[in-house]
Amino acid sequence: MPFEMPLERWAGAVNLVTIGATGADGGSRTGTVTVGGDTGLPLLGFEGKTPHRPIIAMEVFDVPPAELPSPMAEAVGEVCQHPGAWARKCVEEFGADLVSVRLMGAHPDRSNRSPEQCAETVKSVLQAVGVPLIIWGCGQPEKDNEVMPRCSEVAAGENCLLGTATQDNYKTMTAACLADGHKLITEAPLDINIQKQVNILVSDAGLDLSRIVMYQATGGLGYGMEYAYSIMERTRLAALSGDRMLSMPMLALVGSECWKAKEARAPEEVAPEWGSAPERGTLWEADTANAFLHGGCHIFVMWHPRSAALLRAMIDSLMGEEA
Amino acid sequence: MYAIGERINGMFKVVAAAIRDRNPEPIQKLARDQLAAGAAALDVNVGPAAADPLEAMEWLVKTVREATDAPLAIDTTKPDVMARGLELAGPGSIINSTKGQQEQLDIFIPMAVEYQATLIALTIDENGIPRDAAGRSEIALRVVAAAMEKGLEPDHVMIDAVILPVNVTQPTPGHVLETIHSIKLLSDPPPKTVLGLSNVSQGTTMRELINRTYLVMTLAAGLDAAILDVLDSEMMDAMIAAELLLNRAVYCDDFLKAYRSGRA
Repeated sequence: MPFEMPLERWAGAVNLVTIGATGADGGSRTGTVTVGGDTGLPLLGFEGKTPHRPIIAMEVFDVPPAELPSPMAEAVGEVCQHPGAWARKCVEEFGADLVSVRLMGAHPDRSNRSPEQCAETVKSVLQAVGVPLIIWGCGQPEKDNEVMPRCSEVAAGENCLLGTATQDNYKTMTAACLADGHKLITEAPLDINIQKQVNILVSDAGLDLSRIVMYQATGGLGYGMEYAYSIMERTRLAALSGDRMLSMPMLALVGSECWKAKEARAPEEVAPEWGSAPERGTLWEADTANAFLHGGCHIFVMWHPRSAALLRAMIDSLMGEEA
Repeated sequence: MYAIGERINGMFKVVAAAIRDRNPEPIQKLARDQLAAGAAALDVNVGPAAADPLEAMEWLVKTVREATDAPLAIDTTKPDVMARGLELAGPGSIINSTKGQQEQLDIFIPMAVEYQATLIALTIDENGIPRDAAGRSEIALRVVAAAMEKGLEPDHVMIDAVILPVNVTQPTPGHVLETIHSIKLLSDPPPKTVLGLSNVSQGTTMRELINRTYLVMTLAAGLDAAILDVLDSEMMDAMIAAELLLNRAVYCDDFLKAYRSGRA
């Protein structure tokens, strides 16, 4: 008796979202990236289609994080003081599909940079690279509400991905996206119910569901990775079942989460039994990304070029000709 | 739950008058209102008073089609009226309904195949409505077997276990729940289950309370679809909450709004 593969039939699909705008669409990017469109569970090519490969974004900072782990400092080098040059290195040397600019320097407890200074940073990165941008605030709601509209404005028409809108702070970000033609990241604290709620709030505020990417505050390996993974999986199942409020592509901040872990960042002299620091840290990051690849994540925001290269190799080997 | 709006029915005075006067506006408003209220499909029934049922159905389906592309459940017992309604409504329509006796299945199953329609089959046959759940399941099994034989997939069959007014026969609601549950074991994939819900409260006081309470009970038993008054917003709220409690939707604080806007 011939074996017949039992296949799931799904009613829904993940939304398609395109980031970036070329000259033809009123922007200045040299290309755009599209994510989503999946009609089945991740990596199950026999059951559904994955029309677009997951995307690797690399993160640059306006002001480099205090105590950048030494493998990161070595990989990035002197350009870590210059976001534009850092971004160019990510694209030209490390092969990033997207650059994610994090404006941590705006945080009142950090450099408290002004909206105007932050906007200058965004402009410098836009000029330095041709790939589309993700632009993140500093995470302090009041300050982000001052900084992000100005940054959105200077990038008007570039169809960037702006982060983030939360349940308690979404109106300003949504308005900025609507005004300047950007896409929006909705954020939830590892909570699928809150994720769905933010999406409803943002959509009620007038932003089309097709302009949203979802972000669950990522947990790195050893620090909640399995929670993030299982929420991604459940979110994908909801999308495939036809829940339009959870059908957006997903993003994970892999680099910044993983390099927080002591296991990733501890120098060799502190923990010689843990082995080579650069290898350990980059594997920490790549393994976390690998789990999220299986969970259905679409955009990976990475730090280290070696981790990004390992992730790219995993995508190539797992997806083959599929997408 | 797959909600089929019941309001475009000549039993209602507004609809009967609109059909008589060939006045499209009340019909199209009912179509739009029911879809906005959460209906996935619309039942269309010319009612018992229509002078020429065939011509009335033609007008009614065309009139609704001008307002929406949503699936229509053509509600008639007359094969010629059904065929014409399906033809005008297009593929993906619903036949409402056939009974379980062979003569009727011989007519309506091939019709479902020809028009790519889903077939609603009542668990009634030449002997009437069975007294218990076993009798209902037996008719359902016969329908599913006949459908598969003629090339109609089980998931294009919806079994209606026929609810009767609670003030006429009180054991029936329990029998219907049992039937809904056992029908899921008939085949793989199983047929869908549907119910003409409002009949449960016919002739009672507090119809809305009885309707929504029984709807929640049937959902818990596994009901897939219902023909019901989607404009009863309290009932639809109860249905949405039940879907949530059955883990068929992901919770969020605005879950009522999420369910409704998810269908827009």
